[in-house]
Amino acid sequence: MNKPNELSVVSPSLQLAAEFIWREAELLDRKNYQQWAGLWSDTGHYVVPIDPDTTDFEATLNYAYDDARMRAMRIERLTSGNSVSAVDAARTVRTVSRFTEVSRSADVIEVSSAQILVAYKREIHTLFAADLTHRLRFTPEGIRLEQKVVRLINSADSLNALGFLL
Amino acid sequence: MCSHDTHDSYQPLTFAAKPEQLVQADRVDGSMYYDPGLFELEQERIFYKTWIWVAHESEIHNPGDFKTTRIGRQPVIVVRDKTGAIRVLENRCRHRGATVCEKSKGNATGFTCPYHSWSYGLDGKLRALPYPDGYEDILDKTELPLRSLRVDSYAGMVFASFNQDVEPLSDFLGEAKRWIDLFMKQGAGYPIKTQGEHKFRFRGNWKIQLENTTDGYHFPIVHKSWMSSVDEETSEMLSFMTDEKAVTHALGNGHSVMVMVPGHVDLDQDDGTEPLQERFAHVTEALSKEMPPEQVRRIVRSLHGAGFNLNLFPNVAMSMAFFRVLHPVSATETEIRHIALGMDGGPEIANRERLRIHEHFQGPFGFGSPDDAEAWERVQRGSYAGKDVPILVNRGLNREVVADNGDKISHATDEGGMREAYRMWKRMMSDE
Repeated sequence: MNKPNELSVVSPSLQLAAEFIWREAELLDRKNYQQWAGLWSDTGHYVVPIDPDTTDFEATLNYAYDDARMRAMRIERLTSGNSVSAVDAARTVRTVSRFTEVSRSADVIEVSSAQILVAYKREIHTLFAADLTHRLRFTPEGIRLEQKVVRLINSADSLNALGFLL
Repeated sequence: MCSHDTHDSYQPLTFAAKPEQLVQADRVDGSMYYDPGLFELEQERIFYKTWIWVAHESEIHNPGDFKTTRIGRQPVIVVRDKTGAIRVLENRCRHRGATVCEKSKGNATGFTCPYHSWSYGLDGKLRALPYPDGYEDILDKTELPLRSLRVDSYAGMVFASFNQDVEPLSDFLGEAKRWIDLFMKQGAGYPIKTQGEHKFRFRGNWKIQLENTTDGYHFPIVHKSWMSSVDEETSEMLSFMTDEKAVTHALGNGHSVMVMVPGHVDLDQDDGTEPLQERFAHVTEALSKEMPPEQVRRIVRSLHGAGFNLNLFPNVAMSMAFFRVLHPVSATETEIRHIALGMDGGPEIANRERLRIHEHFQGPFGFGSPDDAEAWERVQRGSYAGKDVPILVNRGLNREVVADNGDKISHATDEGGMREAYRMWKRMMSDE
């Protein structure tokens, strides 16, 4: 079993990136947010934009634009039991595929992929389809998320409230 | 004190009940949340009768700028024409009924129907249609413009009505105008502009959302996770549960306002004693390099917006730092838009800080809205039970007082704002 987080210095590859992203997807479906938090670098951003074309996330309104501080607060919210929507969150199953290498340097790889997520809550299945972009840094401590951008194909339309992470 | 209806005479109501029977001074019937017949009647008697908020002027700044939206379930285009006038046009070709525009916003020189290329000007006039020989002597282009609604605006808030005989907007807003003026002071000397929006849906009736805007009672409970995520100064600022100065005013015509931060009702009033929040230190520091301390204070104190939620019946609220717009989709589904606001021409660092504040609470991914939506959906689901059990809106009736200007005032955690909305609902729904 590959454990990407315990890798010694290894060159980035699409295969290792895909395995990391699959592992991340499973952590999110299992709502194992504490372990998910450990995948991130301190400078990493988790972004769910609204504008399908924007790349300047700081200058635009997003669904989520989380630095380390906001991510920690979001995880606290999802796990504390204080949020009625998180306590009763939908169950999710997601598949991630169609991996494509966007760019690669000595220690960073950027990978785009497709995510199909089905959420189930109170008799209703909801589909969330999105283009993902992961920027992964390969470090001696393992692979770290530098950036994850989730572009929902219906981001500019109205969504139902979410009690889980995409 | 307000008069009470007798409490022991409550009768279970049915779909056959007249709308006015569904609302009493201190309670409403649960079927108001799910009766589809009532929903249709609301479309006719409320959404197609009164002033409905459609835009903020900053969304359509230049000639040709437009946005599409809905009033009730009818699609409309809000557009600034060549003369600079704002028009609201039915988004429906006069030929066979297709929408002439499906973009959410943009800039155009006119609107052309994709079906047979009938083309209309920004003022709605039918300019041209192809192969006109088939219409010779039977069609007068001047009689077939995109139909125009009544339009008026106050302080940049643009309203429209299908009812050509609707009362003047100024009369409709009445006492609420004073609060709209106060709300706009968060521009800190700059005009207000919109900065994007979160759209989300919940499976519930629109009035559940309408009630929520002046429901201070739910705040520390539903928003516990948000409260625990913000800094102490912000949570302290919104700890109004036992603050006697935190009040709700019922303003008449269904409008109401809930004051949560009494010291921020009029942002121009600043005695200089309130410390600027530590969380905004980076903004304060950056602004201090380019402007005098008074202006820095004005901008930073305004980052959370005005210290109140103003609920304008039936579809828009001006809530602290954003606009809340609701679109009823069906009796059991509602779309909500939370529009972020900023200073037009103001410092970028402050406008960005406002975006981050908005993202923190609002929208389907925020720390606040999803918990609201969960509570609202639970109201919708629960309201089907106990058909002889009313929805209570009586909190604070024991301490409601009438001010000299006619405002009914009670505590911010009371339900006076809901009672005001339901008085207006009853009045409009009872008109034949």
